[in-house]
Amino acid sequence: MHPAASIIVFTTLSGLGYGLAVVLGLGFLGPSLLSSKIAYVLSLTLIGVGLLSSLLHLGNPQRAWRALSQWRSSWLSREGVMAIATFVPLTLSTTLAIFANRHDTVLGLITAFGSLVTVYCTSMIYASLKTVDCWHTKLTPLCFLLFSLAGGFLLASAIAGGNALVVELLALLFVLLALVAKMVWRKHAATRQPRSTPESATGLGFIGKVRLFERPHALDNYLTREMGFRVARKHAAKLWVVAFVCGAILPILALLLSVAIGSGLSAQLILCAGILAHLLGILVERWLFFAEARHAVMNYY
Amino acid sequence: MTSLPQNPTATKLGLVIDLDVCVGCHACVISCKEWNTGGYGNALSDQHPYGSDVSGTFLNRIHSFEVVPDGGEIVGEAGVARIVHFPKSCLHCEDAPCVTVCPTGASYKRAEDGIVLVDEDKCIGCGLCAWSCAYGAREMDLAAGVMKKCTLCVDRIYNETLKQEDRMPSCVRTCPANARHFGDLGDPASDVSIMVAERGGFDLMPEQETRPTNKYLPPRPRKSLSDIAPIVPLAENSDGARGFFAWLDKTLDRI
Repeated sequence: MHPAASIIVFTTLSGLGYGLAVVLGLGFLGPSLLSSKIAYVLSLTLIGVGLLSSLLHLGNPQRAWRALSQWRSSWLSREGVMAIATFVPLTLSTTLAIFANRHDTVLGLITAFGSLVTVYCTSMIYASLKTVDCWHTKLTPLCFLLFSLAGGFLLASAIAGGNALVVELLALLFVLLALVAKMVWRKHAATRQPRSTPESATGLGFIGKVRLFERPHALDNYLTREMGFRVARKHAAKLWVVAFVCGAILPILALLLSVAIGSGLSAQLILCAGILAHLLGILVERWLFFAEARHAVMNYY
Repeated sequence: MTSLPQNPTATKLGLVIDLDVCVGCHACVISCKEWNTGGYGNALSDQHPYGSDVSGTFLNRIHSFEVVPDGGEIVGEAGVARIVHFPKSCLHCEDAPCVTVCPTGASYKRAEDGIVLVDEDKCIGCGLCAWSCAYGAREMDLAAGVMKKCTLCVDRIYNETLKQEDRMPSCVRTCPANARHFGDLGDPASDVSIMVAERGGFDLMPEQETRPTNKYLPPRPRKSLSDIAPIVPLAENSDGARGFFAWLDKTLDRI
C-alpha cells in the first residue's frame, strides 16, 4: 500500500496525543504542576495537528464534515465522530487544569476512555479490510493501542522530568508490551497464507498456474500506485531495525537511565531524547505498516 | 446511506463475461471511457496524456493471463498453456465492502436493482473504498478528487431517449465478439442466469466474501496439441502427389 505521508503523520501524532490524554485522564500527573499544563496543551496540539494532517490526503477536504455521518457502518466515520467527541472532555480537562489547578476524575475517565476508543477506531479502519492480509487481524488494534499507550506514558515521563516513577515504570511496561505485540504481528504477517491468489482472482486455477501475460496498460495507474507500492520493501529489513532500535530499545535505555538517575535536568534530557527516538521509530514502523502491506488487487498485476 | 440494502435486492443487474470468447481487443475499455467521460458525474480525466508518464481513470480494464497446466512449461507436455483475456470492472457485489467503509454516504448500493454507485457530490476522496475492493474496481479521478467506478451505464439502461438496442451498458453494446452479456442475475429465468447455469459461471475471489453479482464463464476445454498433431501433414510428405507434381517430385528426387 502507498504510504501517504499525511496518514503516517496523522496516525503517529494522534496516537501519541491520545496516549498522553489517557495518562492525563487517569490523573497520573498533578494538575497544579506547570509541566502537567504543558502536557495537556501538547496532547491537544498533537491530536489537532494529526487530525488536520489526515485531511491533506483527501481529494475534496472541504467536504470532510460529511465523514461524520456514517458511523453505523464505517470505521473511518466512527473514528471521526470519536475524535471530535473526545475533544470535548479533553478541552474541558485542559481548561480545568490550567485555570483551576484541578483534575476532575469523571471528566478524566471519559477522556481516557474516548482516547482509547478513538485509537481503536483508527486501527479498525485497517484491521477491517479483508483485502490486506497482514492488517486483517485482531493484533492490529492491539499494536495501535499499545503503541499509543507506550508513547503517551513515555511522553508524560519526559514532561514530568523523572518526577513520576510510576509513569516511567508504566512507560517501560507498555514499550515492552508494544514491542512484543508488534513482533507477533510481524511474524503473523510473514507466515500467513494469502487469502487470495492469482488463481482465485481469475477463477482459472482449474486449468493450472496463472501468471500475468500482459498488463491492461503500459504504465502505472491509480491502483498500481496506491496498492502496488514497492519502494520501502527493498529496504524493509533495515527499516525494521531502525524502527526496533529507535522505537523500543533507545526509549527503554532512556527510561532505565532516568530511573537510575532519579529526577533532575539530565534525567529529563535523557527522556526527551528517548521520546524523540520513539517518535522516529514509530514513524518508520508506520511507514512499513503501509509499504509492506500487500493488497489483494495485486493478484491481477 | 452506506449501509447495504436491508433485504437482498430481488433484481440484480449485472454482467456475464465469457472468458472463452473475449479476444482482448480493448474495444469495451475505450467505449466505456468514451461514454462515461461525458455522462454520469465527473469526466474520466487523463494525466499527462501527451507526456511520457501517461495515466488516466478507467472503469473497465482488460488483463491478459497465461495459464500453464500443472507439470508443464512446454506446450503439449501437460495439457495446453493458454492465454486468457480477462475484462475486469465493478462486480456490483451483494456484500459490497466499498459501500460499508464509506464514511460520507457517497457510496451506496441501490435497493431497486443492486447497482453500486458513488454520489460524487458527497465523496471526499479518501480512497478507503478503493482499498476495500479486492477487484480494483474503483479508481480515484485525480482531477476531480472523487472516486469513479462502473455505473453499469445507469444512464443508458433506463434511458428512454435511446433506441431499445442501445439500452445496455456501453461495453456490452460495443463488444465485437459478444463476450459480454447484460441482464438480471436475480431472475433465474433470465438469459444471463441460464447462461451462467449452463456454462458453470463463477465468482471472482469468493474467499473475499463479497458475493459478486457479475459472473465469469470459464474458457471451454481444448483438445491438446498432441492429439491434433498427427493430422497435420508433414512438409516433406509427397505421397499424395499426382500428375505434373508427381513427375516433378520424381525428377527432383533423381537430381
